[in-house]
Amino acid sequence: MTHPPYLHPAYTSTVLRAPAQELVMPKLGPDSVELTAPVFGDAEVGALDADLTRQGQGEPLGERIIVTGRVLDSRHRPVPGALVEVWQANSAGRYAHERDEHPAPLDPNFAGAGRCLTDGAGRYRFVTVKPGAYPWRNHHNAWRPAHIHFSVFGTAFTQRLVTQMYFPGDPLFPYDPIFQSIPDEQARDRLIARFDMDTTEPEWALGYQWDIVLGDTPVEE
Amino acid sequence: MTTPSQTVGPFFGHALPYEGGPEIVAGARRDAIRVHGRVYDGAGAPVPDALVEIWQADETGTIPRGPGGLRRAVGGFSGFGRCPTGADGSYWFSTVKPGPVGAGAPYLAVLVFARGLLKPVFTRLYFPEDAHDEDPLLAEVPVARRDTLIAEREADGSYRFDIHLQGERETVFLGF
Ligand SMILES: [Fe+2]
Repeated sequence: MTHPPYLHPAYTSTVLRAPAQELVMPKLGPDSVELTAPVFGDAEVGALDADLTRQGQGEPLGERIIVTGRVLDSRHRPVPGALVEVWQANSAGRYAHERDEHPAPLDPNFAGAGRCLTDGAGRYRFVTVKPGAYPWRNHHNAWRPAHIHFSVFGTAFTQRLVTQMYFPGDPLFPYDPIFQSIPDEQARDRLIARFDMDTTEPEWALGYQWDIVLGDTPVEE
Repeated sequence: MTTPSQTVGPFFGHALPYEGGPEIVAGARRDAIRVHGRVYDGAGAPVPDALVEIWQADETGTIPRGPGGLRRAVGGFSGFGRCPTGADGSYWFSTVKPGPVGAGAPYLAVLVFARGLLKPVFTRLYFPEDAHDEDPLLAEVPVARRDTLIAEREADGSYRFDIHLQGERETVFLGF
């Protein structure tokens, strides 16, 4: 099973928000509206939207990184023109969000949000800084492993994916109920980016590769 | 080898909402409709940190294939809208009523993300004035739960569609 269940009590917010009734599985599957998805154009995404280090007056603090990979469908075909949106904490583990109360410094040069469309080969690419781990109130001494939130559109609304990308070797993995909500270890590992020397740019930034594979679109087959 | 889903978390507010997100067509347009409602949890409390997305055909039943979902000025009718819920769990959209696509009754495809939802919930919003007896999906929904998929027409002409993630009036969610 790839996806987490709705109810995962160790992540306490699921307790009152997880649907309790069985999902209705339409016999005919999704129909033509659900099997299509919005199409986004180049004119809708700014040229600098994919570089999170150039959205302020100066450079944000932190370890500069490049995060890139492909958006693929269930048959591993690239999805060109896919809208990929990202958001993350700054290098100190603080979101530029009014409701983040973690007493770590805000960075005036880092908003932590970006967008891009995949190219003809299904590839996205962001330049950013490595986010810090941050505490949350789920349980005593709860800390989220460093992660970048991703939102992706495929070619079907049913493929819509929101997830989180993690960094290799994070010591917080065993303690994080959100990461651990995915029952299968191999599936969890698919959320961990790979450090890549070929993506790394000398004197500039460390590189990470992370491919995103969207789910099935049953009728398309 | 699908990439697993993870929650949208509480901090998407500076990244995913955008100017004009709920306004697929301008409210001033003659055939514009207003769709609104609240998202509730299993205790009946409003969910103030959900993100609601809709996707739909246009008034003729044609599925949009052009841009404009993010920047309304870029294209024609995009069919896509996004609205974060407010402190009272409320969301809204200004759009047009879709024409029927195929044999079923017209509907909006609705997707909800929230902190505490490890994967999104899919549902459909149907309109109360339409005939629902022939709709293939509604036919599969237990009669007692069918009206969770049908919006209510309000006195001002708007459509109200509350989404209950859990509890006695839990909305019917679809598994694809
Ligand atoms: Fe986060």
